[in-house]
Amino acid sequence: MSAASQETAVSTGRVTRTFIYLVLLLFALYYLLPLYVMVVNSVKPLPEITGGNMMSLPQTFTLEPWLSAWSTAQIGVEPTGLKPYFINSILMVVPAVAISTVLGALNGYVLTKWRFKYDGIVFGLLLFSCFIPFQIVLIPMAVVLGKLGLAGSVPGLVLVHVVYGLGFTTLYYRNYYAAFPTELVRAAMIDGAGFFRIFWRILLPVSGPITVVSVIWQFTNIWNDFLFGVSFGGTRQPMTVALNNLVQSSTGVKEYNVHFAGAILAALPTLLVYIVAGRYFVRGLMAGSVKG
Amino acid sequence: MGFLDIRNVTKAYGNVQVLHEVDIEVEEGEFLVLVGPSGCGKSTLLNMIAGLESITSGDIAIRGRPMNGVHPSKRNIAMVFQSYALYPNMTVAQNITFGLEMHGVPKSERDKALAEVAKLLQIDHLLARKPGQLSGGQRQRVAMGRALVRNPDVFLFDEPLSNLDAKLRVDMRTEIKKLHQKLKTTIVYVTHDQIEAMTLSTRIAVMFKGYVQQLGTPKEIYDQPANLFVATFMGSPAMNILPATVVTENGAAHAEITDAEGAPRRLRFSQQAMAQWAGRKVLLGIRPEAITDPEGADRKSGNIQQLRNRVTVTEPAGSDTFVTMTLSGKDVIARMRADANVVPAQVFDFAINMDKAVAFDPETEARILA
Repeated sequence: MSAASQETAVSTGRVTRTFIYLVLLLFALYYLLPLYVMVVNSVKPLPEITGGNMMSLPQTFTLEPWLSAWSTAQIGVEPTGLKPYFINSILMVVPAVAISTVLGALNGYVLTKWRFKYDGIVFGLLLFSCFIPFQIVLIPMAVVLGKLGLAGSVPGLVLVHVVYGLGFTTLYYRNYYAAFPTELVRAAMIDGAGFFRIFWRILLPVSGPITVVSVIWQFTNIWNDFLFGVSFGGTRQPMTVALNNLVQSSTGVKEYNVHFAGAILAALPTLLVYIVAGRYFVRGLMAGSVKG
Repeated sequence: MGFLDIRNVTKAYGNVQVLHEVDIEVEEGEFLVLVGPSGCGKSTLLNMIAGLESITSGDIAIRGRPMNGVHPSKRNIAMVFQSYALYPNMTVAQNITFGLEMHGVPKSERDKALAEVAKLLQIDHLLARKPGQLSGGQRQRVAMGRALVRNPDVFLFDEPLSNLDAKLRVDMRTEIKKLHQKLKTTIVYVTHDQIEAMTLSTRIAVMFKGYVQQLGTPKEIYDQPANLFVATFMGSPAMNILPATVVTENGAAHAEITDAEGAPRRLRFSQQAMAQWAGRKVLLGIRPEAITDPEGADRKSGNIQQLRNRVTVTEPAGSDTFVTMTLSGKDVIARMRADANVVPAQVFDFAINMDKAVAFDPETEARILA
């Protein structure tokens, strides 16, 4: 009896497991399919695609579409390729991520270790900013940027993204530092370290996991943003807007292979950030969210 | 004026008064222990000496220099925290010298000071490690090293032993005492453990509900507790407290209590002045070790009273045997020699050392000074 039931248990397990793996495999394929289509078609000459063979591997391999997308493709009216816009995006995203992360860390530090009257309300308001939709602030933001003389410039975009990201980065760091022992800060105070020295020497060295979370989150959001880019970018529009202009252009032949290559180029930096820092992401997210 | 002066210091958070008029003078080289249950204000007082909490009113001065509003790093104090508060990203050596570095001491001097402290605390071999790689006792040493290296005027300890296991706690207690005897430093030490308070201190401040209940040497605190709270808080097992009536017999004051059967029994007070309380109710306090078998009674005592009573429970603890009986309707614990021949449910002749007995006013709970 017992031997028989043991055997059924094993065989049931095997069947279930096979089923689970099959389903997982299916979903993996399903999710990878768009990437496959993009990669495969970005290295085909255009006639192969218009010939109706989207799914097949390329018969003639060419990097021409990539070069075209990067440096010669028609973006709007200028045949510049995506390159200048890619540079715009980099010039926007790097300072925006850096500033919003540093400010978020400082906010979290103050809100947990240098408590003041009504700090809860301040934090609540910052948290509230996470829930404001982009569209609502477009017009007030345009007014502010205009008054500051930053309209249609990269620094203007940096400012918009810093302001918008601050709520999230503050939330991350506040929750992370809430679990950080206050006695350490007090010990450092007695040792003679000041406000910034404590932050720099005591808290920052242990902030790795939450910094990864903040950087990934901010980088992905800012890089992928379209609305602020198209509204406030002016002549210095980011990659997302240029990609739209490339793909949506209504004159001439639709160069699908170039579009695919351009789309991959636009997605590449975020992909890279995920691959490099991804394994710390979940760890940091848990560390920040569970406690506090 | 003392070395560390705490004058009429109070602390209030809004309307909540957590410290009432604390007045303590600490001499140089003294080991003052602040002891009390949690929420009594002892850690708040320590943090106020450290400058980590503001002073609502009153003054704190170290070496005659007023400390109100002075930044913690400028008070020339060092503190050992309950969690040790070692910087996790720094090595032991960096942890110990961080304070010197912040005060701008040159590297060569820092290394010299580090070497001295490491040798004193026997942590030379740990200097390159991170706190995460240390055991509890080692962390404790590093935390003390960090305090010692600064050569401060006053050391502040905030329950430094409560995170250690029982055996290590006793060892480290001895270490701290040795260190104090060797270095003759001024220490203010917070604990909720009355045994730590008794063993370490030169003076104890027993605190409760934001008041210093009594300030005195360990012996004074133990033998002449100011009130019922101090009497029951200090000592383990706690002092036995029995309701009693003062009566006079042949001109001498006696405490009348009832035994296990409810029959009245009389114990003569050593203090003649208790006669003033004749006819009134008091609370009689007797420490467990003042109740023994007749052979184990203190020979130097001038007033051993015999009392025959029924034994409820015996608890052999190896070194002593604790015997419980009922007096005046209360459980009373006696501490006997380990080999005392006491049998539960039998009657036994107890010897009570009335020289050590104290009496409290049931209304004010203060000890009757007689």
